[in-house]
Amino acid sequence: MTRPSKRVPYEAVVIGVSAGGLHALRAILPRLPKNFPVPVVVVQHRGADSDGFFAEYLDQRCLVQVKEAEEKEEAAPGTVYLAPANYHLLLEDDRTFSLTLESRVRFARPSIDVLFESAADVYGANLIGIILTGANDDGSRGLATIKKRGGLAVVQDPVGAEVDTMPKAALQAAKVDFVLPLAAIGQFLANLYEE
Amino acid sequence: MTNTTDDSKEVEDLEIALLLEGMFKRYGYDFRDYSLAHLRRRLRHRMESSSLPDMGAMLHRVLHDRSFFELLLRDLSINVTEMFRDPDIYLRIRTEVVSRLKTYPFVKIWHAGCATGEEVYSMAILLHEEGLLERCQIYATDFNQIALKKAKAGIYALDQIRQFTANYQKSGGRESLSDYYTADDHSVILKNWLKKKVVFADHNLVTDSVFSEMQLVVCRNVLIYFNRELQNRIFQTFYESLCPGGFLWLGSKESLRLSPMNKHFDPLFADEKIYKREL
Repeated sequence: MTRPSKRVPYEAVVIGVSAGGLHALRAILPRLPKNFPVPVVVVQHRGADSDGFFAEYLDQRCLVQVKEAEEKEEAAPGTVYLAPANYHLLLEDDRTFSLTLESRVRFARPSIDVLFESAADVYGANLIGIILTGANDDGSRGLATIKKRGGLAVVQDPVGAEVDTMPKAALQAAKVDFVLPLAAIGQFLANLYEE
Repeated sequence: MTNTTDDSKEVEDLEIALLLEGMFKRYGYDFRDYSLAHLRRRLRHRMESSSLPDMGAMLHRVLHDRSFFELLLRDLSINVTEMFRDPDIYLRIRTEVVSRLKTYPFVKIWHAGCATGEEVYSMAILLHEEGLLERCQIYATDFNQIALKKAKAGIYALDQIRQFTANYQKSGGRESLSDYYTADDHSVILKNWLKKKVVFADHNLVTDSVFSEMQLVVCRNVLIYFNRELQNRIFQTFYESLCPGGFLWLGSKESLRLSPMNKHFDPLFADEKIYKREL
């Protein structure tokens, strides 16, 4: 096969995670190769005044760069962007980030739904949405939107999830393509683009 | 399927463009250079809440119904704020910026996009405690009349005061925040003397002209809703509004870094969003 990575249409990955997130992201992100060909954008629910520690901690343990998304910054390949605490994170058509202080969406800011729905507007069918462990139903509307636009939906297997509420809600809301245990999700992403 | 969704997106984008154009031509409010991702969210939200079938129907409604326009205006302006928001940065203003402001015989401060006014009163309290308020004039502006009316009243919900107090203490406050308000069962009422150096005014950053010779411009969490071109235009406005060496204070996630105007400002601290205009 010649240049099989060209075959993969997916241009971005969005991930939503809540309770149990640090552990879950640690299981996934270190598996991504340094030259992972698309941007990964993550909403992790956390306290309003939580600082940059989270990104720093993950960055030290990953081959890809992990950082907080900055306003108007362009989403680049090989980089994992975290939504800053207390702001919603959205993607624009020119693939730059916007932040907003719009009120909490179903108790969450940043909200997974907000990121997923805006990313679905931008990437349409060329988007992968992933829902991981969490104690609420944020993200299930967003994942349904990604599916409606023809994107790919992946959900962490509720069996074995630290908190299964969020994966279960997502499975109910959307026709999910893959239900995978945590340990397999990182490899799944890495394999998808492997030359 | 991909084609249908692409088509419907294209049509929606066109409808949104026409809606914004219509709002501007009919009512003079210009949202055409706002962040599109943000606009899409807020407009879809209004469309659903008002049970409208599509953005085209919304355009028709907004042109014919001023009260619906005012509803939309409220949807599109985000007024999330609190007293002494980001207290560590207020501390920096108190310890590093005020001393420089004191070198001026008279200090003019512009709060651009002051929303419901919490940060204006925070600034007045800070300046009072640092002995500078008497020499200051604060201009507090917003395009949202409802927010501006709240700002002028200076009355806030009682359940917010705990957060405000915690912020005030972290910001280096020298007194007790309760010295500055009276409370009843539901609300706190800021003392009237805090307003004596403040002028509240209706002003639209996008369409109205500049102020002049400001020593400090405060504009926090307003520019995040603008697209890059509009941001640059507003940075130009701030540049023209500031005296040489004047200060610009942005929101904690806002930055001049990606703007061509960056070269005309120096950050006062590595990452704290306070800039000094070139001389």
